[in-house]
Amino acid sequence: MTAILSARDLSAGYGESRVLRGIDLDILPGETIGLMGRNGMGKTTLIRTLIGLLPALQGQVLLDGADAAGLPAFARARKGIAVVPEGRGVFASLTVMENLRLAATTGEWTEARVLDLFPRLGQRASHRGNHLSGGEQQMLAIGRALMTNPRLLILDEATEGLAPLIRDEIWRVIRIVREAGVAVVVVDKTVSAVLSVVDRVVILVKGQIAWSGPPEILRADPGLMHRHLGVDA
Amino acid sequence: MLTGLIAQLLNGVQYGLLLFLISSGLTLIFGVMGVINLAHGSLFMIGAYLAFGVASLTGSLWLALPVAVLGGAVFGAVLERLLFRRFRTRAHLDQVLLTFALILLFEEGRSALAGNQFHSVPVPAVLDFSVPVIGGFGYSAYRLAVLAICLLVAAGLVWLIERTRIGSAIRAAAENTEMLNLLGFDAGRVHTLVFAGGTALAMLAGALAAPLQSVYPGMGDGFLILSFIVVVIGGLGSVAGAFWAALLVGLIDTLGKAYLPQAAGIAVCAMMAVVLLWRPTGLFSRT
Ligand SMILES: Nc1ncnc2c1ncn2[C@@H]1O[C@H](COP(=O)(O)OP(=O)(O)O)[C@@H](O)[C@H]1O
Ligand SMILES: [Mg+2]
Repeated sequence: MTAILSARDLSAGYGESRVLRGIDLDILPGETIGLMGRNGMGKTTLIRTLIGLLPALQGQVLLDGADAAGLPAFARARKGIAVVPEGRGVFASLTVMENLRLAATTGEWTEARVLDLFPRLGQRASHRGNHLSGGEQQMLAIGRALMTNPRLLILDEATEGLAPLIRDEIWRVIRIVREAGVAVVVVDKTVSAVLSVVDRVVILVKGQIAWSGPPEILRADPGLMHRHLGVDA
Repeated sequence: MLTGLIAQLLNGVQYGLLLFLISSGLTLIFGVMGVINLAHGSLFMIGAYLAFGVASLTGSLWLALPVAVLGGAVFGAVLERLLFRRFRTRAHLDQVLLTFALILLFEEGRSALAGNQFHSVPVPAVLDFSVPVIGGFGYSAYRLAVLAICLLVAAGLVWLIERTRIGSAIRAAAENTEMLNLLGFDAGRVHTLVFAGGTALAMLAGALAAPLQSVYPGMGDGFLILSFIVVVIGGLGSVAGAFWAALLVGLIDTLGKAYLPQAAGIAVCAMMAVVLLWRPTGLFSRT
Protein backbone atom coordinates (compact mmCIF):
# COMPACT_ATOMS: atom_id res chain seq x y z
CA MET A 1 0.00 0.00 0.00
CA THR A 2 1.45 3.37 -1.03
CA ALA A 3 1.57 5.94 1.76
CA ILE A 4 -0.50 9.10 1.28
CA LEU A 5 2.29 11.25 2.67
CA SER A 6 5.85 10.26 3.54
CA ALA A 7 8.94 11.95 4.85
CA ARG A 8 12.33 10.60 3.73
CA ASP A 9 15.36 11.76 5.70
CA LEU A 10 13.55 15.06 6.00
CA SER A 11 15.15 18.17 7.50
CA ALA A 12 13.36 21.50 7.70
CA GLY A 13 13.23 24.67 9.74
CA TYR A 14 13.12 28.42 9.60
CA GLY A 15 15.84 30.24 7.71
CA GLU A 16 19.16 29.18 9.15
CA SER A 17 17.74 27.33 12.11
CA ARG A 18 17.14 23.67 11.43
CA VAL A 19 14.29 22.32 13.52
CA LEU A 20 13.70 18.85 12.03
CA ARG A 21 16.47 16.34 11.32
CA GLY A 22 16.33 13.08 9.43
CA ILE A 23 12.62 12.40 9.78
CA ASP A 24 11.34 9.19 8.18
CA LEU A 25 7.61 8.67 8.31
CA ASP A 26 4.83 7.04 6.31
CA ILE A 27 1.19 7.96 6.71
CA LEU A 28 -0.83 5.09 5.25
CA PRO A 29 -4.41 5.31 3.96
CA GLY A 30 -6.91 4.90 6.78
CA GLU A 31 -4.44 4.82 9.65
CA THR A 32 -4.55 7.07 12.70
CA ILE A 33 -1.28 8.43 14.01
CA GLY A 34 -0.69 10.29 17.26
CA LEU A 35 2.18 12.75 16.78
CA MET A 36 3.45 13.50 20.27
CA GLY A 37 6.20 15.36 22.02
CA ARG A 38 6.67 18.23 24.41
CA ASN A 39 6.28 21.87 23.43
CA GLY A 40 8.77 23.11 20.86
CA MET A 41 9.88 19.65 19.73
CA GLY A 42 8.88 20.30 16.11
CA LYS A 43 5.39 18.80 15.67
CA THR A 44 3.93 21.88 14.02
CA THR A 45 7.06 22.34 11.92
CA LEU A 46 6.76 18.76 10.66
CA ILE A 47 3.12 19.29 9.74
CA ARG A 48 3.88 22.56 7.95
CA THR A 49 6.62 20.87 5.96
CA LEU A 50 4.45 17.91 5.02
CA ILE A 51 1.62 20.13 3.75
CA GLY A 52 3.88 22.40 1.73
CA LEU A 53 4.02 25.56 3.84
CA LEU A 54 7.72 25.09 4.61
CA PRO A 55 10.33 23.82 2.14
CA ALA A 56 12.38 20.73 2.88
CA LEU A 57 15.99 21.76 3.54
CA GLN A 58 17.15 18.21 2.97
CA GLY A 59 15.44 14.95 2.12
CA GLN A 60 11.98 14.64 0.61
CA VAL A 61 8.27 14.78 1.18
CA LEU A 62 6.43 12.24 -0.96
CA LEU A 63 2.76 12.47 -1.86
CA ASP A 64 1.36 9.15 -3.12
CA GLY A 65 4.94 8.03 -3.51
CA ALA A 66 6.00 10.92 -5.76
CA ASP A 67 8.28 13.80 -4.79
CA ALA A 68 6.05 16.67 -3.66
CA ALA A 69 8.74 19.39 -3.79
CA GLY A 70 7.09 21.11 -6.76
CA LEU A 71 3.60 20.97 -5.29
CA PRO A 72 2.46 24.13 -3.51
CA ALA A 73 0.18 23.85 -0.48
CA PHE A 74 -3.02 24.38 -2.47
CA ALA A 75 -2.14 21.55 -4.85
CA ARG A 76 -1.47 19.18 -1.93
CA ALA A 77 -4.82 20.22 -0.43
CA ARG A 78 -6.52 19.35 -3.73
CA LYS A 79 -4.93 15.92 -3.54
CA GLY A 80 -6.82 15.20 -0.35
CA ILE A 81 -4.67 16.57 2.47
CA ALA A 82 -6.73 18.63 4.94
CA VAL A 83 -5.37 20.49 7.94
CA VAL A 84 -6.88 22.04 11.03
CA PRO A 85 -3.97 24.28 11.98
CA GLU A 86 -2.98 25.56 15.38
CA GLY A 87 -5.11 28.65 15.93
CA ARG A 88 -7.88 27.09 13.78
CA GLY A 89 -7.75 29.49 10.83
CA VAL A 90 -11.47 30.26 10.85
CA PHE A 91 -12.19 33.26 8.60
CA ALA A 92 -13.51 35.90 10.99
CA SER A 93 -15.43 37.95 8.43
CA LEU A 94 -17.12 34.94 6.84
CA THR A 95 -20.22 33.33 8.31
CA VAL A 96 -20.24 29.70 9.42
CA MET A 97 -21.94 28.71 6.15
CA GLU A 98 -19.54 30.77 4.03
CA ASN A 99 -16.59 29.15 5.79
CA LEU A 100 -18.03 25.70 5.07
CA ARG A 101 -19.10 26.35 1.48
CA LEU A 102 -15.79 27.90 0.59
CA ALA A 103 -14.17 24.52 1.22
CA ALA A 104 -16.86 22.38 -0.39
CA THR A 105 -15.94 19.71 -2.94
CA THR A 106 -18.11 16.91 -4.26
CA GLY A 107 -17.96 13.77 -2.17
CA GLU A 108 -19.39 12.03 0.86
CA TRP A 109 -18.70 14.86 3.26
CA THR A 110 -21.54 17.17 2.37
CA GLU A 111 -22.83 20.23 4.17
CA ALA A 112 -25.71 18.14 5.55
CA ARG A 113 -23.36 15.49 6.92
CA VAL A 114 -21.07 18.05 8.55
CA LEU A 115 -24.02 19.85 10.14
CA ASP A 116 -25.29 16.50 11.34
CA LEU A 117 -21.89 15.86 12.92
CA PHE A 118 -21.84 19.30 14.58
CA PRO A 119 -25.45 20.40 15.16
CA ARG A 120 -24.13 23.48 16.91
CA LEU A 121 -22.81 24.80 13.57
CA GLY A 122 -26.31 24.64 12.08
CA GLN A 123 -27.63 26.77 14.92
CA ARG A 124 -24.94 29.34 14.28
CA ALA A 125 -25.11 29.17 10.49
CA SER A 126 -25.29 32.90 9.82
CA HIS A 127 -22.89 34.02 12.56
CA ARG A 128 -19.51 35.35 11.51
CA GLY A 129 -16.35 33.54 12.53
CA ASN A 130 -15.36 36.21 15.04
CA HIS A 131 -18.68 35.81 16.84
CA LEU A 132 -18.12 32.15 17.67
CA SER A 133 -16.81 30.63 20.89
CA GLY A 134 -13.49 28.81 20.80
CA GLY A 135 -15.26 25.45 20.74
CA GLU A 136 -17.53 26.50 17.90
CA GLN A 137 -14.54 27.78 15.93
CA GLN A 138 -12.82 24.45 16.39
CA MET A 139 -15.91 22.57 15.23
CA LEU A 140 -16.08 24.86 12.22
CA ALA A 141 -12.41 24.34 11.42
CA ILE A 142 -12.85 20.56 11.53
CA GLY A 143 -16.15 20.61 9.64
CA ARG A 144 -14.63 22.84 7.00
CA ALA A 145 -11.63 20.53 6.61
CA LEU A 146 -14.03 17.61 6.13
CA MET A 147 -15.92 19.53 3.41
CA THR A 148 -12.79 19.18 1.26
CA ASN A 149 -13.38 15.39 1.36
CA PRO A 150 -9.85 14.59 2.48
CA ARG A 151 -8.05 11.27 2.46
CA LEU A 152 -5.92 12.54 5.32
CA LEU A 153 -7.01 14.92 8.09
CA ILE A 154 -4.28 16.53 10.19
CA LEU A 155 -5.31 18.12 13.50
CA ASP A 156 -2.78 20.32 15.29
CA GLU A 157 -3.77 20.84 18.94
CA ALA A 158 -7.46 20.69 18.12
CA THR A 159 -8.66 20.39 21.71
CA GLU A 160 -6.32 22.94 23.22
CA GLY A 161 -7.99 25.44 25.54
CA LEU A 162 -11.44 23.92 25.18
CA ALA A 163 -13.90 22.94 27.92
CA PRO A 164 -14.00 19.19 28.76
CA LEU A 165 -17.43 18.64 27.21
CA ILE A 166 -16.33 20.19 23.94
CA ARG A 167 -13.12 18.16 23.95
CA ASP A 168 -15.21 15.03 24.26
CA GLU A 169 -17.28 16.20 21.33
CA ILE A 170 -14.13 16.68 19.23
CA TRP A 171 -12.76 13.26 20.15
CA ARG A 172 -16.14 11.72 19.28
CA VAL A 173 -15.93 13.28 15.83
CA ILE A 174 -12.30 12.20 15.34
CA ARG A 175 -13.48 8.61 15.99
CA ILE A 176 -16.27 8.98 13.44
CA VAL A 177 -13.87 10.37 10.84
CA ARG A 178 -11.48 7.51 11.50
CA GLU A 179 -14.29 4.94 11.21
CA ALA A 180 -15.20 6.51 7.87
CA GLY A 181 -11.78 5.45 6.59
CA VAL A 182 -10.06 8.82 6.56
CA ALA A 183 -6.42 8.73 7.68
CA VAL A 184 -5.88 10.99 10.71
CA VAL A 185 -2.83 12.58 12.29
CA VAL A 186 -3.53 14.09 15.72
CA VAL A 187 -1.23 16.31 17.69
CA ASP A 188 -2.62 16.69 21.19
CA LYS A 189 -1.52 17.17 24.78
CA THR A 190 -4.20 14.85 26.19
CA VAL A 191 -2.12 11.67 26.21
CA SER A 192 -4.83 9.29 27.39
CA ALA A 193 -7.27 10.46 24.73
CA VAL A 194 -4.65 10.18 21.99
CA LEU A 195 -3.62 6.69 23.05
CA SER A 196 -7.22 5.52 23.04
CA VAL A 197 -7.86 6.42 19.37
CA VAL A 198 -4.61 5.99 17.46
CA ASP A 199 -3.11 2.95 15.71
CA ARG A 200 0.41 4.21 16.11
CA VAL A 201 2.33 6.82 18.09
CA VAL A 202 5.26 8.86 16.81
CA ILE A 203 7.21 10.83 19.42
CA LEU A 204 9.33 13.80 18.42
CA VAL A 205 12.21 14.93 20.59
CA LYS A 206 14.23 17.92 19.42
CA GLY A 207 13.15 17.50 15.84
CA GLN A 208 13.91 13.80 15.59
CA ILE A 209 11.71 10.75 15.90
CA ALA A 210 12.69 9.38 19.31
CA TRP A 211 10.18 6.57 19.44
CA SER A 212 7.46 5.11 17.30
CA GLY A 213 5.15 2.19 17.98
CA PRO A 214 1.70 1.01 19.04
CA PRO A 215 -0.07 2.86 21.86
CA GLU A 216 -0.34 -0.26 24.06
CA ILE A 217 3.44 -0.50 24.40
CA LEU A 218 3.75 3.14 25.31
CA ARG A 219 0.92 2.88 27.82
CA ALA A 220 2.60 -0.11 29.44
CA ASP A 221 5.94 1.70 29.80
CA PRO A 222 5.64 4.61 32.24
CA GLY A 223 9.36 5.27 32.07
CA LEU A 224 9.22 5.84 28.33
CA MET A 225 6.25 8.15 28.65
CA HIS A 226 7.88 10.10 31.41
CA ARG A 227 11.14 10.45 29.53
CA HIS A 228 9.71 11.62 26.20
CA LEU A 229 6.46 13.31 27.10
CA GLY A 230 7.07 14.48 30.64
CA VAL A 231 3.84 12.91 31.84
CA ASP A 232 3.02 10.10 34.18
CA ALA A 233 0.46 7.63 32.91
CA MET B 1 -32.08 77.98 -6.57
CA LEU B 2 -33.83 74.66 -5.97
CA THR B 3 -33.08 73.42 -9.47
CA GLY B 4 -29.47 74.42 -8.94
CA LEU B 5 -29.37 72.39 -5.74
CA ILE B 6 -30.91 69.37 -7.46
CA ALA B 7 -28.34 69.62 -10.24
CA GLN B 8 -25.52 69.79 -7.69
CA LEU B 9 -26.92 66.85 -5.73
CA LEU B 10 -27.11 64.78 -8.91
CA ASN B 11 -23.58 65.86 -9.84
CA GLY B 12 -22.40 64.90 -6.37
CA VAL B 13 -23.96 61.45 -6.51
CA GLN B 14 -22.62 60.86 -10.01
CA TYR B 15 -19.15 62.02 -8.99
CA GLY B 16 -19.32 59.86 -5.88
CA LEU B 17 -20.25 56.80 -7.94
CA LEU B 18 -17.31 57.38 -10.28
CA LEU B 19 -15.12 57.69 -7.19
CA PHE B 20 -16.53 54.37 -6.03
CA LEU B 21 -15.41 52.63 -9.22
CA ILE B 22 -11.88 53.80 -8.52
CA SER B 23 -11.79 53.39 -4.76
CA SER B 24 -13.41 49.95 -4.68
CA GLY B 25 -10.43 48.55 -6.57
CA LEU B 26 -8.00 50.53 -4.44
CA THR B 27 -9.53 49.26 -1.20
CA LEU B 28 -9.73 45.64 -2.42
CA ILE B 29 -6.14 45.65 -3.64
CA PHE B 30 -5.02 47.04 -0.32
CA GLY B 31 -7.24 44.74 1.73
CA VAL B 32 -6.45 41.55 -0.15
CA MET B 33 -2.84 42.08 -1.21
CA GLY B 34 -1.66 44.64 1.31
CA VAL B 35 -0.39 46.81 -1.53
CA ILE B 36 -0.77 50.58 -1.62
CA ASN B 37 -1.13 51.37 -5.31
CA LEU B 38 -0.33 55.02 -5.97
CA ALA B 39 -0.57 54.30 -9.71
CA HIS B 40 -4.28 53.56 -9.41
CA GLY B 41 -5.10 57.13 -10.51
CA SER B 42 -2.94 56.61 -13.60
CA LEU B 43 -5.07 53.60 -14.51
CA PHE B 44 -8.06 55.94 -14.45
CA MET B 45 -6.15 58.31 -16.75
CA ILE B 46 -5.24 55.46 -19.11
CA GLY B 47 -8.93 54.54 -19.29
CA ALA B 48 -9.80 58.11 -20.24
CA TYR B 49 -7.11 58.25 -22.94
CA LEU B 50 -8.24 54.88 -24.22
CA ALA B 51 -11.75 56.31 -24.54
CA PHE B 52 -10.33 59.34 -26.36
CA GLY B 53 -8.42 57.05 -28.72
CA VAL B 54 -11.34 54.74 -29.42
CA ALA B 55 -13.76 57.66 -29.82
CA SER B 56 -11.37 59.37 -32.28
CA LEU B 57 -10.94 56.21 -34.31
CA THR B 58 -14.52 54.94 -34.35
CA GLY B 59 -16.43 58.15 -33.72
CA SER B 60 -18.21 56.56 -30.79
CA LEU B 61 -17.56 56.16 -27.12
CA TRP B 62 -19.54 52.95 -26.77
CA LEU B 63 -16.84 50.61 -27.95
CA ALA B 64 -14.46 52.23 -25.45
CA LEU B 65 -16.39 50.88 -22.46
CA PRO B 66 -15.91 47.15 -23.13
CA VAL B 67 -12.39 47.85 -24.38
CA ALA B 68 -11.58 49.62 -21.10
CA VAL B 69 -13.03 46.78 -19.03
CA LEU B 70 -11.44 43.90 -20.95
CA GLY B 71 -8.20 45.73 -21.67
CA GLY B 72 -8.05 46.82 -18.02
CA ALA B 73 -8.53 43.26 -16.81
CA VAL B 74 -5.74 41.95 -19.02
CA PHE B 75 -3.45 44.89 -18.21
CA GLY B 76 -4.12 44.47 -14.48
CA ALA B 77 -3.46 40.74 -14.61
CA VAL B 78 -0.14 41.33 -16.35
CA LEU B 79 0.88 44.04 -13.85
CA GLU B 80 0.02 41.75 -10.95
CA ARG B 81 1.88 38.74 -12.34
CA LEU B 82 4.98 40.67 -13.36
CA LEU B 83 5.29 43.28 -10.62
CA PHE B 84 2.81 43.53 -7.82
CA ARG B 85 3.04 39.85 -6.86
CA ARG B 86 6.68 40.37 -5.94
CA PHE B 87 5.89 43.42 -3.82
CA ARG B 88 3.03 41.93 -1.82
CA THR B 89 5.11 41.12 1.23
CA ARG B 90 7.60 43.98 0.84
CA ALA B 91 7.70 47.07 3.04
CA HIS B 92 5.18 49.80 2.24
CA LEU B 93 8.03 52.13 1.27
CA ASP B 94 9.11 49.70 -1.47
CA GLN B 95 5.53 49.58 -2.71
CA VAL B 96 5.35 53.38 -2.74
CA LEU B 97 8.58 53.53 -4.76
CA LEU B 98 7.34 50.90 -7.23
CA THR B 99 3.96 52.49 -7.76
CA PHE B 100 5.42 56.00 -7.95
CA ALA B 101 7.79 54.75 -10.65
CA LEU B 102 4.77 53.36 -12.47
CA ILE B 103 3.10 56.78 -12.37
CA LEU B 104 6.16 58.33 -14.05
CA LEU B 105 6.26 55.50 -16.58
CA PHE B 106 2.57 55.81 -17.43
CA GLU B 107 2.81 59.61 -17.76
CA GLU B 108 5.82 59.25 -20.07
CA GLY B 109 3.95 56.69 -22.13
CA ARG B 110 0.92 58.94 -22.31
CA SER B 111 3.10 61.87 -23.36
CA ALA B 112 4.78 59.84 -26.10
CA LEU B 113 1.55 58.38 -27.46
CA ALA B 114 -0.99 61.17 -27.03
CA GLY B 115 1.04 64.29 -26.35
CA ASN B 116 0.54 66.82 -23.59
CA GLN B 117 -2.45 68.78 -24.86
CA PHE B 118 -5.94 68.71 -23.46
CA HIS B 119 -8.45 66.73 -25.50
CA SER B 120 -12.17 66.58 -25.35
CA VAL B 121 -14.29 63.53 -26.00
CA PRO B 122 -17.79 64.20 -27.30
CA VAL B 123 -20.79 62.86 -25.45
CA PRO B 124 -22.33 59.99 -27.47
CA ALA B 125 -24.93 61.40 -29.85
CA VAL B 126 -27.83 59.30 -28.53
CA LEU B 127 -27.33 60.74 -25.05
CA ASP B 128 -26.61 64.29 -26.13
CA PHE B 129 -29.79 65.84 -24.78
CA SER B 130 -31.16 66.81 -21.43
CA VAL B 131 -33.80 65.04 -19.43
CA PRO B 132 -36.45 67.29 -17.88
CA VAL B 133 -36.32 66.93 -14.10
CA ILE B 134 -38.62 69.60 -12.66
CA GLY B 135 -40.01 72.75 -14.14
CA GLY B 136 -37.89 73.86 -17.00
CA PHE B 137 -34.82 72.28 -15.50
CA GLY B 138 -33.10 69.53 -17.40
CA TYR B 139 -30.15 67.27 -16.56
CA SER B 140 -27.64 65.75 -18.95
CA ALA B 141 -28.79 62.37 -20.20
CA TYR B 142 -25.20 61.22 -20.43
CA ARG B 143 -24.58 62.03 -16.77
CA LEU B 144 -27.71 60.09 -15.85
CA ALA B 145 -26.47 57.17 -17.93
CA VAL B 146 -23.09 57.27 -16.13
CA LEU B 147 -24.97 57.31 -12.83
CA ALA B 148 -27.01 54.26 -13.86
CA ILE B 149 -23.99 52.33 -15.16
CA CYS B 150 -22.02 53.02 -11.97
CA LEU B 151 -24.96 51.94 -9.81
CA LEU B 152 -25.27 48.68 -11.76
CA VAL B 153 -21.55 48.00 -11.46
CA ALA B 154 -21.63 48.83 -7.74
CA ALA B 155 -24.58 46.51 -7.13
CA GLY B 156 -22.88 43.74 -9.09
CA LEU B 157 -19.63 44.18 -7.20
CA VAL B 158 -21.27 44.15 -3.78
CA TRP B 159 -23.25 41.06 -4.81
CA LEU B 160 -20.07 39.36 -6.01
CA ILE B 161 -18.16 40.11 -2.83
CA GLU B 162 -20.93 39.42 -0.33
CA ARG B 163 -22.96 36.66 -1.97
CA THR B 164 -20.75 34.43 -4.09
CA ARG B 165 -18.12 31.80 -3.39
CA ILE B 166 -15.53 33.84 -5.28
CA GLY B 167 -16.44 36.77 -3.05
CA SER B 168 -15.95 34.57 0.03
CA ALA B 169 -12.54 33.56 -1.31
CA ILE B 170 -11.62 37.23 -1.86
CA ARG B 171 -12.62 38.14 1.69
CA ALA B 172 -10.82 35.06 3.00
CA ALA B 173 -7.67 36.04 1.07
CA ALA B 174 -7.75 39.43 2.79
CA GLU B 175 -7.64 37.66 6.15
CA ASN B 176 -5.35 34.67 5.73
CA THR B 177 -3.93 33.58 2.38
CA GLU B 178 -2.20 30.59 3.94
CA MET B 179 -5.47 29.13 5.20
CA LEU B 180 -7.10 29.80 1.83
CA ASN B 181 -4.34 27.78 0.18
CA LEU B 182 -4.87 24.97 2.69
CA LEU B 183 -8.48 24.73 1.50
CA GLY B 184 -7.25 24.08 -2.03
CA PHE B 185 -7.54 27.61 -3.43
CA ASP B 186 -4.66 29.10 -5.34
CA ALA B 187 -4.52 32.40 -3.43
CA GLY B 188 -2.18 33.80 -6.07
CA ARG B 189 -5.00 33.51 -8.60
CA VAL B 190 -7.32 35.34 -6.25
CA HIS B 191 -4.75 38.16 -6.11
CA THR B 192 -4.54 38.29 -9.90
CA LEU B 193 -8.32 38.39 -10.13
CA VAL B 194 -8.60 41.21 -7.61
CA PHE B 195 -5.90 43.29 -9.29
CA ALA B 196 -7.36 42.67 -12.75
CA GLY B 197 -10.84 43.62 -11.50
CA GLY B 198 -9.58 46.76 -9.75
CA THR B 199 -7.72 47.87 -12.87
CA ALA B 200 -10.75 47.21 -15.08
CA LEU B 201 -12.97 49.29 -12.80
CA ALA B 202 -10.52 52.21 -12.68
CA MET B 203 -10.17 52.20 -16.47
CA LEU B 204 -13.94 51.96 -16.92
CA ALA B 205 -14.29 54.98 -14.63
CA GLY B 206 -11.77 56.87 -16.78
CA ALA B 207 -13.62 55.98 -19.98
CA LEU B 208 -16.97 57.04 -18.51
CA ALA B 209 -15.49 60.30 -17.19
CA ALA B 210 -13.79 61.25 -20.47
CA PRO B 211 -16.78 63.14 -21.96
CA LEU B 212 -17.54 64.81 -18.60
CA GLN B 213 -14.22 66.61 -18.36
CA SER B 214 -11.23 67.14 -20.57
CA VAL B 215 -8.75 64.35 -21.04
CA TYR B 216 -5.40 65.71 -19.87
CA PRO B 217 -2.05 64.82 -18.28
CA GLY B 218 -2.26 64.00 -14.59
CA MET B 219 -6.05 63.90 -14.67
CA GLY B 220 -6.01 60.93 -12.29
CA ASP B 221 -4.21 62.78 -9.50
CA GLY B 222 -7.24 64.46 -7.95
CA PHE B 223 -9.21 61.24 -8.22
CA LEU B 224 -6.40 59.29 -6.56
CA ILE B 225 -6.30 61.61 -3.56
CA LEU B 226 -10.07 61.60 -3.11
CA SER B 227 -10.10 57.82 -3.57
CA PHE B 228 -7.59 57.38 -0.76
CA ILE B 229 -9.82 59.53 1.42
CA VAL B 230 -12.78 57.33 0.46
CA VAL B 231 -10.82 54.18 1.33
CA VAL B 232 -9.89 55.55 4.75
CA ILE B 233 -13.38 56.78 5.56
CA GLY B 234 -14.99 53.57 4.34
CA GLY B 235 -12.57 51.34 6.24
CA LEU B 236 -9.53 49.73 4.61
CA GLY B 237 -10.58 46.75 2.54
CA SER B 238 -14.33 47.29 2.80
CA VAL B 239 -16.18 47.53 -0.52
CA ALA B 240 -19.53 48.34 1.07
CA GLY B 241 -17.80 50.97 3.21
CA ALA B 242 -16.16 52.46 0.11
CA PHE B 243 -19.60 52.73 -1.53
CA TRP B 244 -21.12 54.91 1.19
CA ALA B 245 -17.90 56.84 1.74
CA ALA B 246 -17.62 57.57 -1.99
CA LEU B 247 -21.15 58.98 -2.07
CA LEU B 248 -20.40 61.09 1.00
CA VAL B 249 -17.11 62.42 -0.39
CA GLY B 250 -18.63 63.01 -3.84
CA LEU B 251 -21.51 65.01 -2.37
CA ILE B 252 -19.41 67.04 0.06
CA ASP B 253 -16.79 67.83 -2.57
CA THR B 254 -19.35 68.83 -5.19
CA LEU B 255 -21.63 70.82 -2.88
CA GLY B 256 -18.59 72.42 -1.24
CA LYS B 257 -17.23 73.60 -4.59
CA ALA B 258 -20.65 74.99 -5.54
CA TYR B 259 -21.61 76.73 -2.32
CA LEU B 260 -18.49 77.21 -0.23
CA PRO B 261 -15.64 77.40 -2.74
CA GLN B 262 -13.24 78.82 -0.12
CA ALA B 263 -13.63 75.74 2.07
CA ALA B 264 -14.11 73.02 -0.54
CA GLY B 265 -10.45 72.11 -0.68
CA ILE B 266 -10.25 71.26 2.98
CA ALA B 267 -13.80 70.03 3.69
CA VAL B 268 -13.09 66.48 2.57
CA CYS B 269 -9.67 66.34 4.22
CA ALA B 270 -11.14 67.66 7.45
CA MET B 271 -13.75 64.93 7.27
CA MET B 272 -11.05 62.29 6.88
CA ALA B 273 -9.14 63.70 9.86
CA VAL B 274 -12.27 63.54 12.01
CA VAL B 275 -12.93 59.96 10.97
CA LEU B 276 -9.34 58.95 11.69
CA LEU B 277 -9.55 60.43 15.17
CA TRP B 278 -13.04 59.26 15.98
CA ARG B 279 -13.32 55.89 14.19
CA PRO B 280 -9.90 54.92 12.86
CA THR B 281 -11.23 51.68 11.37
CA GLY B 282 -13.59 53.66 9.15
CA LEU B 283 -17.06 55.10 9.35
CA PHE B 284 -18.68 52.02 7.82
CA SER B 285 -16.60 49.18 9.23
CA ARG B 286 -18.44 46.33 10.90
CA THR B 287 -16.49 46.19 14.12
N1 LIG C 1 8.17 30.83 12.71
C1 LIG C 1 9.25 30.37 13.38
N2 LIG C 1 10.46 30.94 13.22
C2 LIG C 1 11.54 30.48 13.88
N3 LIG C 1 11.51 29.44 14.73
C3 LIG C 1 10.35 28.82 14.94
C4 LIG C 1 9.15 29.25 14.28
N4 LIG C 1 8.14 28.45 14.68
C5 LIG C 1 8.68 27.57 15.54
N5 LIG C 1 9.99 27.78 15.70
C6 LIG C 1 10.90 27.00 16.54
O1 LIG C 1 10.89 25.68 16.05
C7 LIG C 1 10.90 24.77 17.12
C8 LIG C 1 9.77 23.79 16.97
O2 LIG C 1 8.53 24.47 17.07
P1 LIG C 1 7.15 23.79 16.75
O3 LIG C 1 7.27 23.01 15.50
O4 LIG C 1 6.13 24.86 16.80
O5 LIG C 1 6.99 22.80 17.99
P2 LIG C 1 5.70 22.07 18.56
O6 LIG C 1 4.60 22.18 17.58
O7 LIG C 1 6.17 20.66 18.77
O8 LIG C 1 5.38 22.72 19.87
C9 LIG C 1 10.84 25.57 18.40
O9 LIG C 1 12.14 25.66 18.92
C10 LIG C 1 10.37 26.91 17.96
O10 LIG C 1 10.92 27.93 18.77
MG1 LIG D 1 2.75 23.10 17.80
